[in-house]
Amino acid sequence: MVVPDSQVEVMTSTATPIKLGVKNLSIKYGQETALDNISLDIHEHEIFGIIGPANAGKTSFLKAINRMDVFNPEMQVDGLIEFSGHDISKVRNVYGLRSRIGVVFPLPVGLPLSVYDNVALAPRLSGENNKAELNVIVERCLRRAALWDEVKDRLDSLGSLLSGGQQQRLTIARALSQEPELLMLDEFSIAVDPVTTMRIEEVLKELKQEMTIILVTNLVQQARRLADRTAFFLDGKCLDIGITEDLFTGEVSDPRTRDYVEGRFG
Amino acid sequence: MNEKHSQPRRAVDFDRLNRAWYIDKAVQLLVFIGGISAVIFIIGIFVFITKEGLGFVIGDFSFSEFFFSQNWRPTSEKQTTYGILALIAGTASVTGLAMLIAIPFSLGTAIYIAEFATGKTREYLKITVELLAAIPSVVWGFIGLTMMNPLIIDLFDVPVGLSVLNAGIILGLMAAPIMTSIAEDALKAVPDRYREAAEALGATRWQVIFKVVLPAAKNGLLGAVLLGVGRGFGETMAVLMATGHSINIPGSIFDSVRALTATIAAELGETAVGSQHYQALFTIGISLFVITFIINLIADLIIRDVSKG
Repeated sequence: MVVPDSQVEVMTSTATPIKLGVKNLSIKYGQETALDNISLDIHEHEIFGIIGPANAGKTSFLKAINRMDVFNPEMQVDGLIEFSGHDISKVRNVYGLRSRIGVVFPLPVGLPLSVYDNVALAPRLSGENNKAELNVIVERCLRRAALWDEVKDRLDSLGSLLSGGQQQRLTIARALSQEPELLMLDEFSIAVDPVTTMRIEEVLKELKQEMTIILVTNLVQQARRLADRTAFFLDGKCLDIGITEDLFTGEVSDPRTRDYVEGRFG
Repeated sequence: MNEKHSQPRRAVDFDRLNRAWYIDKAVQLLVFIGGISAVIFIIGIFVFITKEGLGFVIGDFSFSEFFFSQNWRPTSEKQTTYGILALIAGTASVTGLAMLIAIPFSLGTAIYIAEFATGKTREYLKITVELLAAIPSVVWGFIGLTMMNPLIIDLFDVPVGLSVLNAGIILGLMAAPIMTSIAEDALKAVPDRYREAAEALGATRWQVIFKVVLPAAKNGLLGAVLLGVGRGFGETMAVLMATGHSINIPGSIFDSVRALTATIAAELGETAVGSQHYQALFTIGISLFVITFIINLIADLIIRDVSKG
């Protein structure tokens, strides 16, 4: 793999294996280019931050990893994405792939099911019907998403009736219930209050032991707090990638990165 | 790259074609067959109608006589003519009047039920509307024949009460409930956050409805209207009973007319299968099919244009 000099050090300094290898990834919607020739590797058990302004291609990147292009004929994905070493464009059972990847979208989506059923959905889909087992999974996931104390007495009420912030934590609990190998969070804190955000961030730091996390965020400070390494996307290009702290204080390969993280952008 | 992975077992087995995958494929196939069969049935019906009417179309058919002559004389001894202009005029005038009546009624009702009525009122209104939609068309025709007829004669001092006016009112009342139901669904489908966003700007109830809700529900409302138009074109029994069933290009709403559908219903039973008259009636069927198709096509184009703009 050909990598710019600035990245060699970063890549060799980490001994952990690669969870997600992306090579020359381009995404187009019709004529519109959303992502232009991105190459990066995400290691196991790291939190990988992606920052950048609106329209940078961050969400498209996540969609490509989850093979969302399958049902969207407009979306055209070129390049190689390897999940655990497997080229995902050659995957026959995309549902199987998706069940290994958890996604949390920016706006909370509480499904019109009870709180309990929301969280139990993924385990049930994969064939888990043991009530006791499901109870354990639901409680564990809700606890991790910092929602258990608020909903433990009303697990039967509709998930779509919770407040915005609660629904977002429900969404996170749901994503965790499928025990993903890779968890992708797309600006999860948009609808969540700062205190809860902090609690979820603490959870993410622990979850890192069990899974790989991609954290797309608008908040550069959130990336700084959480991410081991961070990429800076701008207008469909990846301008910088490296140890997160380096983007803030070390050497950057593009001056615009420093401008962005310091809020001097535009 | 591969040898670096710590969990090769999990990574490989996610691409197994499991039971859920096969069920998914089977259901996709089933749905595909279902969808295709609907298309096949429609084509089949069209082929059947065309086949039955074909002898007439390629034989004695004269395009100008068929569409531009108002003389429908299939049983005349001396001079048999098959002109459906008067029938088209009958159907169009009745449907047009019916829509003039049904659109304001159904839209008004739908807006009231969806936007203003609450709780019990709402529930009772919805049930009532659904009840109205369930009245059989022959009952409506009966009302037209026995109630509306003398009423129109008394009220407007005309010799006959079976006319465009009578059938238009009956058809309008018939179409309104189903149009209301569809329109109300369209209004209910507009998310509440749209209303809240507009209300936050200080918009009045009416402004919210007119500026936000109606535009957002445009396609559904248009669908409701076109469903009504389709109903008007296709309705047979009530129209047969309330129009007076006499061949006429209406000069006023008090004239009796005859509809395309009513002609087929009234005459098909008395014709010999395969005769010229029989084939001419099937040609009317083809015309109805084509007219409905054109209406739907126009609707489709309008909706596409609307969603683009």
